[in-house]
Amino acid sequence: MTSHTLSHAPTTTASLSKRLAAATLACLLGGGLVFLAGFSHIDALHNAAHDTRHSEGFPCH
Amino acid sequence: MFKRIFFTAGFAGLLAALVLSLFQILWITPLLLQAETYEVASESMVEPHEHAPGAPAHHHDAEAWAPADGWERTLSTLGGNLVVAVGFSLMLAGLFTLRQPNRAWQGVLWGIAGYLTFCLAPSLGLPPELPGTAAADLTLRQGWWIGTAAATAASLALLVFTRHWALRLVALVLLVLPHIIGAPQPAEHSSLAPESLQSHFRLAALISNAAFWIALGWLSAWFYTRDTAENN
Repeated sequence: MTSHTLSHAPTTTASLSKRLAAATLACLLGGGLVFLAGFSHIDALHNAAHDTRHSEGFPCH
Repeated sequence: MFKRIFFTAGFAGLLAALVLSLFQILWITPLLLQAETYEVASESMVEPHEHAPGAPAHHHDAEAWAPADGWERTLSTLGGNLVVAVGFSLMLAGLFTLRQPNRAWQGVLWGIAGYLTFCLAPSLGLPPELPGTAAADLTLRQGWWIGTAAATAASLALLVFTRHWALRLVALVLLVLPHIIGAPQPAEHSSLAPESLQSHFRLAALISNAAFWIALGWLSAWFYTRDTAENN
């Protein structure tokens, strides 16, 4: 029973600062991807993701 | 921890992108193509072409690559959907490291929050629009859109995760502030496509995105918590 409980420990022991860093990095990276496809002013990227931008309701033209 | 985030974002993003793509192919894209016929008609009448009155003059760079209509455009849009879906899922999985869902269905709540943040709140000021619709300067609109999404996200986080009345007051202010400031609007509203097509498109976009976000939230939580029972 004890060992079973202990085996669950690693998920909860990652320090808060580490988790905060991971969350921040993931949000920045995710935001970067969304920005690239949805908001970039580079013409080729705009053209490629044009229909995605319109369907997602991102400002497009 | 990162492996888990990337694993979640990759699989959940891929599957949710397929959900969005299905809605697009069956519902949204036909409306976009219909709207483009009005745009093309207006372009061929005026040389050099003019957009609807009030529409910002955007130049067409002849050198820029654009996917040809047909499978190339469809594939290109699928790619765009995938990048956006993986991006949003990365954000969700990152936040899950701070507030882990206990069950996959709790991801649906996260998905609803994402929908409110990234679709419904910005659409109150800047509704999804068909090509050929008059609009204010693109950069201004993008700035308002991003600001509104950020304020709504912060507001929802405060409303859900805090109890203090002062913080909740801040949350309410953040929720309404972008709409009091107001989205950048064109000098004159006009559209090449008829109003019925516009409202049909708005409905299609809002419903498709609701399905997309619920799927993305649920799938992200499912993949994120998948291994917790046996492995960790």
